Amino acid sequence: MAAVQVSEAEKVYLMHGVRDGIRLDGRRCEDYRHMEIETDVVSNTDGSAKISLGHTDVLVGVKAEIGKPKPTVPNEGYLEFFVDCSANATPEFEGRGGEELGVELSNILYKVFNNRHSVDLRSLCICPGENCWVLYVDVLLLQCDGNLFDAISIAIKAALFNTRIPKVRISEDEEGGKEIELSDDPYDCMRLNVENVPCIVTLCKIGHRHVVDATLLEKACSVASLLISVTHKGMVTCVRKMGRGSLDPESIFEMTEAGKRVGKTLHAPLMELLQKEESLGKKRQKVGFLG
Amino acid sequence: MAGLELLSDQGYRLDGRKAPELRKVQARMSVFAQADGSAYLEQGNTKALAVVYGPHETRGSRSKSLHDRAVINCQYSMATFSTAERKRRPHGDRKSSEMSLHLKQTFEAAVLTELYPRSQIDIYVKILQADGGNYSACVNAATLALVDAGIPMRDYVCACTAGFVEDTALADLCHAEESGGGTSLALALLPRSGNIALLQMDARLHQDHLSALMEAAMTACKGLSKVLDGVVRQHLEEVSVLTSE
Repeated sequence: MAAVQVSEAEKVYLMHGVRDGIRLDGRRCEDYRHMEIETDVVSNTDGSAKISLGHTDVLVGVKAEIGKPKPTVPNEGYLEFFVDCSANATPEFEGRGGEELGVELSNILYKVFNNRHSVDLRSLCICPGENCWVLYVDVLLLQCDGNLFDAISIAIKAALFNTRIPKVRISEDEEGGKEIELSDDPYDCMRLNVENVPCIVTLCKIGHRHVVDATLLEKACSVASLLISVTHKGMVTCVRKMGRGSLDPESIFEMTEAGKRVGKTLHAPLMELLQKEESLGKKRQKVGFLG
Repeated sequence: MAGLELLSDQGYRLDGRKAPELRKVQARMSVFAQADGSAYLEQGNTKALAVVYGPHETRGSRSKSLHDRAVINCQYSMATFSTAERKRRPHGDRKSSEMSLHLKQTFEAAVLTELYPRSQIDIYVKILQADGGNYSACVNAATLALVDAGIPMRDYVCACTAGFVEDTALADLCHAEESGGGTSLALALLPRSGNIALLQMDARLHQDHLSALMEAAMTACKGLSKVLDGVVRQHLEEVSVLTSE
């Protein structure tokens, strides 16, 4: 992540504040920053979403292409992730500088999202063993101010909700070969069920307490963080400890409980917002970056 | 040519514009708070995002810094979902490197680099949606980003593409017109002096048509400069309202 220099005095000030339950911008330990989400911002994609969480800006585009299913699971489609840490976020990401972070982020995204519990991969199958839909999820990091995983996961959920996959018809031609026909009608499409798609909650340990949605400054003062992906039912699907410090088992348990609680409350307002946006349909004014 | 006609008999293009008409341009400055300067520009369906960092100390090797002026470092990249066919690598391929060099050349002509010796100005441009005129959208967005960063320039840099079909010059080509096989010319202009910062043309063209094509591109650029000027003034009004007592 982009490095931020923190002086000892700032660190002490921050840690004392967290100990008393107040953060630098006045939030409590489990509050998120102001979040803005919008879907369908890029028209070349099958689904897209843009999220800004404080000063962290992420744009996700989903493109559906027809490919060959994996040999071990012939009746399922799959998702491919690519995270582009663009130089927009910080000059250190110029050229190949952002590759390391991008690879780390996409590996975790594979673990969290590319399994049949999160997304119904069977619905992506066209012809078992021969053709399936491959969803290329491209994440573009535009501005980085901490808490990348949370922002990316919420944006992915919104983008998958917005994804429209054209319906296919398989027809047999004379020699017995299969022909795939995509429906010409842009409204004749299949939507994905994103009910079970989890959201990632990152908790950073600062001193003896943990905070949700840490900024870069807070991250620089923390020893370690815990990444938890939680579904809307409160089920934990993936846990990972990150950072160079070590955590004792007590605090891991505490942080998991807090993460579950916070994660569960993320889903309902998100789905409500997405449904509302969808119901506006054509009348919705697309704002994107112009607002 | 079977299929789509670039210019119909009534004088209308594929998207309904007349020959010298530009696409709708919308722009916004200061989209990102963390960068020194940033701007977002939409030219029809082409969307470009430009971010400027600097002037700051030369990163990396000291040998790259120049003793009498600033180094301008540009990177052009396209989002993987920006084109109809998914692009595998956002940058690093030949086309992106070529575009980065063009942008560098364009802005070295406009930015007053003599004011910042031994320093570096970074301009990063990202194409979010590509529908023809990628280079022009980048240049226009980068101009706004440089103005937002407060870096002194000689003039606005406005860029536009132009093409030639059946003795008529078309201004501001979209993707279908660019790949239609006709001529396409990209021009970057400093409007007040009328000086050209970059001129690039691909495909064959009779030399008698060259001046007509350049005229069309220059007129389009001058029109664009008025739009960009309007955007800058509006942004300044908004900012001064917020910061005034």
